[in-house]
Amino acid sequence: MGQQKNLEGYVGFANLPNQVYRKSVKRGFEFTLMVVGESGLGKSTLINSLFLTDLYSGEYPGPSHRIKKTVQVEQSKVLIKEGGVQLLLTIVDTPGFGDAVDNSNCWQPVIDHIDSKFEDYLNAESRVNRRQMPDSRVHCCLYFIAPSGHGLKPLDIEFMKRLHEKVNIIPLIAKADTLTPEECQQFKKQIMREIQEHKIKIYEFPETDDEEENKLVKKIKDRLPLAVVGSNTIIEVNGKRVRGRQYPWGVAEVENSEHCDFTILRNMLIRTHMQDLKDVTNNVHYENYRSRKLAAVTYNGVDNNKSKGQLTKSPLAQMEEERREHVAKMKKMEMEMEQVFEMKVKEKIQKLKDSEAELQRRHEHMKKNLEAQHKELEEKRRQYEEEKVNWEAQQRVMEQAKLDASRTLEKNKKKGKIF
Amino acid sequence: MAATEIARQAGEGVRSVPLSGHVGFDSMPDQLVNKSVSQGFCFNILCVGETGLGKSTLMDTLFNTKFEGEPTTHNQPGVQLKSNTYELQESNVRLKLTMVNTVGFGDQINKEDSYKSIVEFIDTQFEAYLQEELKIRRTLHSYHDSRIHACLYFIAPTGHSLKSLDLVTMKKLDSKVNIIPIIAKSDAISKSELAKFKIKITSELVSNGVQIYQFPTDDETVAEINSTMNGHLPFAVVGSTEEVKIGNKMVKARQYPWGTVQVENESHCDFVKLREMLIRVNMEDLREQTHTRHYELYRRCKLEEMGFKDTDPDSKPFSLQETYEAKRNEFMGELQKKEEEMRQMFVQRVKEKEAELKEAEKELHEKFDRLKKLHQDEKKKLEDKKKSLEEELNAFKQRKTATELLQSQAQQAGGSTTLKRDKERKK
Repeated sequence: MGQQKNLEGYVGFANLPNQVYRKSVKRGFEFTLMVVGESGLGKSTLINSLFLTDLYSGEYPGPSHRIKKTVQVEQSKVLIKEGGVQLLLTIVDTPGFGDAVDNSNCWQPVIDHIDSKFEDYLNAESRVNRRQMPDSRVHCCLYFIAPSGHGLKPLDIEFMKRLHEKVNIIPLIAKADTLTPEECQQFKKQIMREIQEHKIKIYEFPETDDEEENKLVKKIKDRLPLAVVGSNTIIEVNGKRVRGRQYPWGVAEVENSEHCDFTILRNMLIRTHMQDLKDVTNNVHYENYRSRKLAAVTYNGVDNNKSKGQLTKSPLAQMEEERREHVAKMKKMEMEMEQVFEMKVKEKIQKLKDSEAELQRRHEHMKKNLEAQHKELEEKRRQYEEEKVNWEAQQRVMEQAKLDASRTLEKNKKKGKIF
Repeated sequence: MAATEIARQAGEGVRSVPLSGHVGFDSMPDQLVNKSVSQGFCFNILCVGETGLGKSTLMDTLFNTKFEGEPTTHNQPGVQLKSNTYELQESNVRLKLTMVNTVGFGDQINKEDSYKSIVEFIDTQFEAYLQEELKIRRTLHSYHDSRIHACLYFIAPTGHSLKSLDLVTMKKLDSKVNIIPIIAKSDAISKSELAKFKIKITSELVSNGVQIYQFPTDDETVAEINSTMNGHLPFAVVGSTEEVKIGNKMVKARQYPWGTVQVENESHCDFVKLREMLIRVNMEDLREQTHTRHYELYRRCKLEEMGFKDTDPDSKPFSLQETYEAKRNEFMGELQKKEEEMRQMFVQRVKEKEAELKEAEKELHEKFDRLKKLHQDEKKKLEDKKKSLEEELNAFKQRKTATELLQSQAQQAGGSTTLKRDKERKK
């Protein structure tokens, strides 16, 4: 996107990493680690060994000592400091997991816990007034597999299948000092086979650009799942004080990489990949949760066919678009209604016109009729008048003649002509 | 060790446990740093100042490279913002640097709206980030942040005071971006004038309530140097990409007949201080302040504008879901209402039109009823006339008949009279 430019002298931004370093130390770090497994698998001991402290002690007993009737999810927070760096460590454990006779749904409290942490973060992130948010999301889940030597139990498979898309799962073979190296190899192979078969996604170490680092990563990958041993006691071996488990036949040393994979786990979990575990939780698991949650809210009641492939919008943008669609729909509806209205009005007006024309026509017809009759009458009258006049004239002539005749007679009478 | 922010957030109830050996989490800062180095850094600078104050030259000098661009003229119609992005690398650190220049600032006759395009530009970058943050499927960790991290405000070296354009612009920008005021081309001011000028500027900024960026003093490693530098603000700088030989070294300088101004000589100008503060010491803090203060303010205002609240009237906090659902219901209700209103309006119109047409129909019928009545009257008159004619005709006929009868009788009588006379004659 930008152009490459070469610097011709000292600028100083090479110091940026130091600035970042400084600020991060000042802020401090936090990490939430969840441990899941049946009781008695050495979870608390392992945590104590990992962090070289008595996180779990007489005063704060481990999960196996706190089993209740149902699976609980409990967290304990401790603040540890080292080399100027402060770490707020939260350990989440699940006393009672897998210990009942009927363990159906014993993973549900775990899922609920993880989701509730996501929910808290989402709400804090979505507030109008936001403050620096503490990150209490679960960054990593250590899943303890019992060292049966045979394979995964159905509970193991079920748990991992339900949780692998919510949290980074790192499966561990617990109490690995009960397996010989060959048995351990076999067991590991079997487990990895079953994990692949069930398409379970365990935490993957990221590839880097560094050749050396990649070689190390490959070595670790070959030894998954890690077989660990933990211990709270320090024993002297060959003049050295080491953490280990004393047996009549020898000492199983926790930090001896030929005895178990503890060091690999510690290096990976704490020294090299702690930040990556947090990043994956933030960028992948949390984002999955968030997008599912928001999609449900946004698309409540909206046609599902439309929502596919449109998840790049925010719910507000979605509402904006729906508003625009609605405005367009209303415009169309308005136009249609308008059209229908106009058409109906036209029809009615036309009808009215037609009826008017009809009435007019009839009226004209009647008028004509009447006029014709009038004319007829006129003609008749004229005829009659004419006849009358003629007859009367005739009568008058006749009268006159009669009168004349009678006058002549009288005259003749008088003359005596009549004898 | 001082309590970290996280420890403070955790509160009093957290127990501290001692470690019996080296665990190794002290590598966390390194892990974090390695991550950010591999991702690369990004920094965005905005240069605001009148044409000809040496903005481009200063950028070239600061970053030791020749950036693009031609010198601009004074006749721009408005203020435009031109941005360029460069990829720089120093040792193993990659930096994506974006430089935004205000073109035409201060050149117009009426400068009332000059600050507007700058504010708009800054807001646009915030908006883009906000939109990305609100998306359902988002990729914030690989988002190219374009928000402005630092604004270098170039003050003209008049030696007297700030121009009103400067005060107005800085006042509008101080809640949106980290402002670092600098006196440009400061080789035009003498040392004594410079001191007075700086004091005048600072007091004017204070009296006008302009909040410029203060180098942070909360981290003890850099508190001292930062607080000293805060006292030297605004930095008086000189920029130059030309090199002059001083002693046996080539240094960046400006050559005058009366002497040579060396850019990197701290007694000549504050260039080195600016570079130290801006780049070497506080670059990360500038980015952080932009994100946690200026961006949050923008976001808060924007969300409140859109009607989002954190608590309902009973002061119970809303969960995100409730908020969105409430918004959505409100929104759907609005749409429904609009639809209803439109329908009602149509129903009303239809009613009105129907009434109109009915009226017209009624009138039509009335008209024709009248005509019909008229016609009836006419017909009656005609009938009467016919009747009277009939009567007359009959009367006449009768008269005629009677007269004719009389006549024929008279004739007969007359005949018989004549006959009688004739008879008498014959006797």
